[in-house]
Amino acid sequence: MTDEPLLRVRGLTKHFPVRQGLRATGLVRAVDGLDFDVRPGETLGLVGESGCGKTTTGRMLVRLLEPTAGTIEFAGRDITHAGRRELRPLRQDLQIIFQDPYASLNPRHTVGRIVAMPLQVNGIKPPGGIKARVQELLELVGLNPEHYNRYPHEFSGGQRQRIGIARALALRPKLIVADEPVSALDVSIQAQVVNLLRDLQRDLGLAFVFIAHDLAVVRHFCQRVAVMYLGRIVEIGDRADIYERPQHPYTRALLSAIPDVTRLGPAGRIRLTGDVPTPLDPPSGCRFRTRCWKARDICATEEPALVPRDGGDQATACHFPEPAGAGLQAEAAVAVAEPAGRGAGANVEEVSP
Amino acid sequence: MDSSDPAPSGEPDDRPTVPEQRTGQDAYLRVSDLRVRFDTEDGVVRAVDGVSFAVERGRTLGIVGESGSGKSVTSLAILGLHDPRRTTITGEISVGGRQVVGLGDEEVRRLRGRDMAMIFQDPLSALHPYYTVGRQIAEAYRVHHPKAGRREARKRAVDMLDRVGIPQPARRFDQYPHEFSGGMRQRAMIAMSLVNDPALLIADEPTTALDVTVQAQILDLLADLQAEFHSAIILITHDLGVVGQAADEVLVMYGGRAVEQGSVEQVLRSPQHPYTWGLLSSVPSLHGDADADLLPIRGNPPSLINLPPGCAFHPRCRYADRPGDRSRTEVPELRPAGSAGADGHLVACHLTAEERAALYAEDVASVGVAR
Repeated sequence: MTDEPLLRVRGLTKHFPVRQGLRATGLVRAVDGLDFDVRPGETLGLVGESGCGKTTTGRMLVRLLEPTAGTIEFAGRDITHAGRRELRPLRQDLQIIFQDPYASLNPRHTVGRIVAMPLQVNGIKPPGGIKARVQELLELVGLNPEHYNRYPHEFSGGQRQRIGIARALALRPKLIVADEPVSALDVSIQAQVVNLLRDLQRDLGLAFVFIAHDLAVVRHFCQRVAVMYLGRIVEIGDRADIYERPQHPYTRALLSAIPDVTRLGPAGRIRLTGDVPTPLDPPSGCRFRTRCWKARDICATEEPALVPRDGGDQATACHFPEPAGAGLQAEAAVAVAEPAGRGAGANVEEVSP
Repeated sequence: MDSSDPAPSGEPDDRPTVPEQRTGQDAYLRVSDLRVRFDTEDGVVRAVDGVSFAVERGRTLGIVGESGSGKSVTSLAILGLHDPRRTTITGEISVGGRQVVGLGDEEVRRLRGRDMAMIFQDPLSALHPYYTVGRQIAEAYRVHHPKAGRREARKRAVDMLDRVGIPQPARRFDQYPHEFSGGMRQRAMIAMSLVNDPALLIADEPTTALDVTVQAQILDLLADLQAEFHSAIILITHDLGVVGQAADEVLVMYGGRAVEQGSVEQVLRSPQHPYTWGLLSSVPSLHGDADADLLPIRGNPPSLINLPPGCAFHPRCRYADRPGDRSRTEVPELRPAGSAGADGHLVACHLTAEERAALYAEDVASVGVAR
């Protein structure tokens, strides 16, 4: 794993101005300084709850959104502010799969045309012709190549997602950003698509940035995982580190909140109080502190850096991380947070009159 | 509740038994042979086709199914929310001893909100954006308490907001839905449904739109409120993890019919229907082998207009078309699952108990159901 990273992201930031009339009244700090690498053929999961900035990050990576600050290097080239023309050759290597299989396909185009579009736009003439290549792609994603002339509405949700995948594969990309590719699908269909993506990843040696809120799906797909909270990465590491030896309190809370079908009944779980604070006015210092049961004074004043704790690959942004090697077992004793007040307002106890 | 050990599957005798058989005699809600049909331009849709179940007070029934399985239609029928001009409902729905099927609009309205209430998936579309949250809750109270004054209704609404864990309820009363976060809105919805102390609460995907940490809070809240009000709860969800955590009994629906029914231990620990097996083995887990392939159910959920003949699951079933199989022609009846007889575990499958035990042990358990 000493290859040059295929994707190198440094200080990636996206702030959206909030306007009332003509005046800018605030900034939504959707993504606030991300650093990560993706090596060729590697799968990185970006996980977190709504509003953590994972989708914004994905859109910046494929240049659908202009970053406010920071750099994105792809295959050694700085593409942070690349224009359409500069991007065109890169588009072949960098593709996206969207969440909504209904909204991301043009209903007036046949499947053949949808999948052929990237080839045509880039002026690529595959040997054997475009139609043969499209049919090959349809077959690759498990669709009947005879259905070339059908329209998206003739397909089910799972099949439509396969069409989106075929389109993303048309140019033989090196990296695919997949934004919640299975969350709109029925459970039995989800598994089909996850298996398909896994096979393609293995067979074609694709690198993935896999954006999802479902940690169990990510565990089945990704070798590395970055956990995001309010625009920051709070923990990043190999799958086994994140799922078996999480060091950040938020990662632990997130994992323990997932109802698992292999465990019946209410489990001894960590309960976070309140909701995620607004990214308009994120808490000072550590952004998780308003919901954290370990928060002390330093957490409000000093933002913890994302640093490896034990010389390994796992980095945690926390002043009081769990010791490396601590399992998830000893969780029963963790009390529910009595947090420091700011944020969603959900944590504030009412003072009785 | 740490039993990650798989219960011995297959052997009917080893299956954990329910304490008493739930015949539904003292159940608050009793549904028998419910059928709901819609007449559409494309034909008749049999959205629910002969479903029976019962829920006692203080118990939670989880209804599991994918889109088009009939789970939401069932709940809307209980609440009397179908348009009678386009819907034919037969069978029996008894809520606290009163028949709902065939009841007039006005009479159902009196039951709804007072004796039974619903929590929807999307609180933003269920709350009116134009009125304050508190006013909507107070109004829900006054509809069923016409003698209550404005001040009493307000007090009651503030109390409810407080009970569902909304901080500063008196201040929150006067805020609009858009000023609430997603989790807070769902709490407000729950406050509104519970304002009249209904004995039956139907929650249709109540946490699907929420983040996991908030979902955990809401599921805890529902459990607390159930303990306090002793309500019967129907929890409709596609998430087997949520069912495992919150339900006492489970009903698995497919193509408008019940394919498996039983206690949560029975259905999740020793599932009997190939569809339930498929659901369990397609869900990625936080435990077990992360590199193992998921075992999806092939094909797609059926269209209710054009339901496959016989067992509706047969086109997707790995075990259909075995020699002597009747699943293409004959609808399997819902029968006791074990050879031991009536422990309340029911399954609608042509395979015999012995065949299922063998197949489950060979095929399914090996790839990681009930890891």
